[in-house]
Amino acid sequence: MRDAFIRALTELAAVDERIVLVTGDLGFGVLQDFAARFPNRYINAGVAEQNMTAIACGMALEGFQVYTYSIGNFPTLRCLEQIRNDVCYHDADVKIVSVGGGFSYGQLGMSHFATEDLAIMRALPNMIVVAPSDPWEAAELTRQVSARRGPTYLRLDKSAAGLPETSVTLGQSRKVRDGDDVCLIATGGIVEEAVRAADLLAENGISAAVHAVATVKPLDPALVAAAGAARAVVVVEEHTIIGGLGGAIAEACMSAGVAPKRFLRIGLDDIYPTVVGDQRYLRKVYELDAPAIARRTRELLGA
Amino acid sequence: MTLYQHNDTRALAIRLRKHALRMTSRAKSSHVGSAFSMADIIAVLYGGALNVDPARPEWDQRDRFILSKGHAGSCLYAALMERGFFSEEVLDTYYGNGSILSGHVSHKGVPGVEFSTGSLGHGLGVATGMALAGKMKGADHRVVCVLSDGECDEGSNWEAFLFAAHHKLDNLVAIIDYNKIQSLASVAETLALEPLADKLRAMNWAVSEVDGHDHAAMTALFGRLPLEVGRPSMIIAHTTKGKGVSFMEDTVLWHYRTAQGDEFEAAMAELDAIEIALTTDRSHNDA
Repeated sequence: MRDAFIRALTELAAVDERIVLVTGDLGFGVLQDFAARFPNRYINAGVAEQNMTAIACGMALEGFQVYTYSIGNFPTLRCLEQIRNDVCYHDADVKIVSVGGGFSYGQLGMSHFATEDLAIMRALPNMIVVAPSDPWEAAELTRQVSARRGPTYLRLDKSAAGLPETSVTLGQSRKVRDGDDVCLIATGGIVEEAVRAADLLAENGISAAVHAVATVKPLDPALVAAAGAARAVVVVEEHTIIGGLGGAIAEACMSAGVAPKRFLRIGLDDIYPTVVGDQRYLRKVYELDAPAIARRTRELLGA
Repeated sequence: MTLYQHNDTRALAIRLRKHALRMTSRAKSSHVGSAFSMADIIAVLYGGALNVDPARPEWDQRDRFILSKGHAGSCLYAALMERGFFSEEVLDTYYGNGSILSGHVSHKGVPGVEFSTGSLGHGLGVATGMALAGKMKGADHRVVCVLSDGECDEGSNWEAFLFAAHHKLDNLVAIIDYNKIQSLASVAETLALEPLADKLRAMNWAVSEVDGHDHAAMTALFGRLPLEVGRPSMIIAHTTKGKGVSFMEDTVLWHYRTAQGDEFEAAMAELDAIEIALTTDRSHNDA
């Protein structure tokens, strides 16, 4: 997904001289092509995320479109106040790119798990929050994000849902599978697990729709209608269940007067994960994988 | 663009202090000592050293000015009013319900404010980004940032010190209002900065120390920037917190205390006396 992002950004930078990439000393083997082609618009800010974000803001206020790039929580939580006060309050055209959503860096330990970022970035006024599920979606949304002025958070996952390439529009969710009994809603690479869970549910005679949500904020209003029409709603995210996609759907439904009869958020409960392992392994351990989603959905339906 | 002779920037500085005193006293707000500390610096900047145009607040070639010590906003707002960016009626709303002038500097709806601050350690990094952008665009303007000494505790400033020197941003000017007192105690007692000039020189900044109340010295210094080609300029302005009112000077108390009643009258009387002395001095010189 990060390769798709950087390829798209490199293409954009070739025609848009406003585009600048600032890295926090990360991106080994990923950024060299961009750096070679645009040496004056590639800056390694060093291991200094507060300053990385501040200089990005200063440059954006001078007319550039600046991408900050790092992994996990470094470009978001480490410099949260620079994002809040400098970037978002000034509505600066800064795009924050984090490689490694959720358990992407599962072997690296808790410091590298990005599992509260969606909630925290979503809370910031002016901020758009984007979490693609596949490389092609990351590339296309990078183009759409670039075309829209203003702060954006782009969360890039190491995993990919493996869904066929089709069209995607910033701000719109995609229904990737039809179904009548339950509405599964997911964001990021873990959409794959939701789709596989729908397969498992079908074996039990349960028909599940799957919605892929690449734009977590602003939330697609169509999701509220889909949630209202379903017997049960299950939201899946590789993220804490507090304040992320599940929270966003719940808020939107309550505000619209839509009350799903059954509602379940599947994500990390209010805990710090301590188990080490790859992304797929950790999804299994923390009951975010397809069998767990299917089982918990059946329990929700009383089936 | 020189609008004021140094004698006049001294008069401007006194007016800034009188505004800041009125504003903070009426608002019952804090930081009058911080505003007084930098009033002379701000007067020299807005009295001519900064190339800005109130008729065109967003003029592309303006010098960019960021007040990183946003808690001293009363003084900056007063300078913008004096320079003609907005009227005195606007200044009178400072801190009030519905005002555009918040206690810490905000750009929203306020002509002439380049950047909003209030949380310390934010201004210099953004100024550094603006300076880098200026270099990339081949622009001639400067980016000037005033910091407090206390905010040098923030690690983010040291990140910016490294970055600005590494990128040889000689269009960037940082001024530290070094009054030696932070909110609860002296800088030396809180988190010692000394030897500050040596630290900054070691970080490859061009450093000059100046009396931050000496208008002639500051005017001369600002007239020969950058201090060194290929390095960002650091001006360490030695100042006195609460400068201009005897009982406020060099005290921790007046970081937060607000002048009310007799204290307000006494402070204003001292500032009036300085203003009259300056006027007399000037008529004497003119004669």
